[in-house]
Amino acid sequence: MTTTAPPRTPAPAVQREPRSVPAWRRGLRPYVLSIPAVLIIVGILYPFVLGAYYAFLNYAAVVRRPVFIGLQNFAEILSDPAFWTSVRVTFVYAVVATVVETVLGIGIALLLNRSTLVGRIFERVLILPLMIAPVIAGVIWGLMFNPQYGVLNYVLGLGSTFDWLGEDTAIWSVILVDVWIYTPFVAILVLAGIRSLPKEPFEASAVDGASWFYMFRRLMLPMMWPYILVAVIFRFMDCLKIFDHVFVLTAGGPGDATRTLQIGAYQNSIIQLQYSQGSTYMFLLWVIVFVTARYLVSVLGKAQRRAAGSEE
Amino acid sequence: MAARELGPGQRRFSPASIGADAALLVWFVFSLFPLVWMVLLALKTNAEQISTYFAFTPTLENFAIVLSSEGERLTSVNFTQAILTSVINCVGAVIVSLVIGIPAAYAAGRWQYRGSNDVMFTILSFRFAPELMVIVPLFVIYNQIGLFDTNVGMIWVLQLVTMPLIVWILRSYFQDMPAELEQAALLDGYTRRRAFAMVALPLVRPGIAAAALLAFIFAWNNYVFPLILTGSQHTPVTVAVTRFLGGGGQAYYNLTAAAALIAALPPLLVALSIQRYLVRGLSFGAVKS
Repeated sequence: MTTTAPPRTPAPAVQREPRSVPAWRRGLRPYVLSIPAVLIIVGILYPFVLGAYYAFLNYAAVVRRPVFIGLQNFAEILSDPAFWTSVRVTFVYAVVATVVETVLGIGIALLLNRSTLVGRIFERVLILPLMIAPVIAGVIWGLMFNPQYGVLNYVLGLGSTFDWLGEDTAIWSVILVDVWIYTPFVAILVLAGIRSLPKEPFEASAVDGASWFYMFRRLMLPMMWPYILVAVIFRFMDCLKIFDHVFVLTAGGPGDATRTLQIGAYQNSIIQLQYSQGSTYMFLLWVIVFVTARYLVSVLGKAQRRAAGSEE
Repeated sequence: MAARELGPGQRRFSPASIGADAALLVWFVFSLFPLVWMVLLALKTNAEQISTYFAFTPTLENFAIVLSSEGERLTSVNFTQAILTSVINCVGAVIVSLVIGIPAAYAAGRWQYRGSNDVMFTILSFRFAPELMVIVPLFVIYNQIGLFDTNVGMIWVLQLVTMPLIVWILRSYFQDMPAELEQAALLDGYTRRRAFAMVALPLVRPGIAAAALLAFIFAWNNYVFPLILTGSQHTPVTVAVTRFLGGGGQAYYNLTAAAALIAALPPLLVALSIQRYLVRGLSFGAVKS
């Protein structure tokens, strides 16, 4: 990912050096410095590649000698309605959560940017939900969601009948928790972006008598677009592989109402010990994430170039 | 808006400003209520835990139970041990990531060498990789070579969380540092290594501290790696907390809340101390503030 700062040429390598260091060694220096990191990468890529390979085996805990079966797992899973349910749940989750968090995050950033007393106090505590482990956020919300004893139905006056984690409501409830955790992420990124904008265009258009909304739409949003996109990319990618708080709240249920792709893979691999099926789920999710990431990053690159142009 | 920022001393009380503050307050309540509720619940006795009243006599008994053998009897996980395990795993992962990540970040921030972008993007792709794709084979491998349910095993796999963060954040700090400073040191007769140690490293020290602490938070908060790769011996806090939810039997709401509070406290305290650096950290250096 490129930075949102204006494009810059990397600092030139230092020219003057003590003569004792020959040129060929200087040229090797960045490689030598990166070797340990590359080794770690290889060490983590190995299980990753192995996981991808599992998708082409008939590997399960009960199978003593796994053999290569080609695309059979893919054929089975792609024709399984349960998989497509997982795809739908994952995308509903990712799209709704990302859109809600982006809109709310931009709104909160705009409100905080006025730097009133309320805003300054609130800015300090805004990030607290973001810093708690998502699984713990899930635990807390689980206690609050309980129809009989939970505090939500009591405070909202819903009685003890409203089931937050019921078949129709569970997906919205887990999205609500996502919004609670991650809206601050969007807000603080966008706020940092707003504060880095040049003041002159706004002053000029204020002199020209432009309305607040006009300035927001025609000036701020276009200039802010790269920052917003960075937030959207991070949120959308993370939502596609969501696991922690959904798992502890619903474990994918009731039925398959919140069975996202990662939870589906967990059930296949770890619960049923069908390593190949779980790996096939993950392989397909990885392809989805990879393709989406490439697309979004290219959009980001275009937006950054456009924003860099509009600033001049 | 940027142009209409209200400086101190020129505060206005317009209807719009009051409306905006009111809107902020609504989010404030929504954002903090679960946390306040967790604290209240943690201070309630067993008899009060299922009541939704806000008025009660607070007790610290729950924390004592969670941290004692009484809590271990209920959950079969020693929570004090879990805290220690979390500290060891996270500190270990951060240290390894720093030792390995700082040179790589320096190389990537200072030089444009063949393959540098590939290395950096591969590291970044860890951030977006579905964890289970790595965990399932690791689960099989760990069971074969005896790394299952060990601190070394966890430290190794937590690199997936801590390494990308540290390398990407520090690269952006090294890029921001003018190369002239090191050149001046070289002209003064410093060796390259000394110029790095005496000039470059001290200048990015705040960045290193912030990146390390943020990586610590991320490692501490991770759930899916230990869920699958640890058993009962080296359970970290995120997994231990969920044990208080009970399975089918009695649920200990107040104990769960107390355990959750203990587990949530270190990240919260660390986050407040590095707030200035969070934006750059959370966006991997893509957004600077």
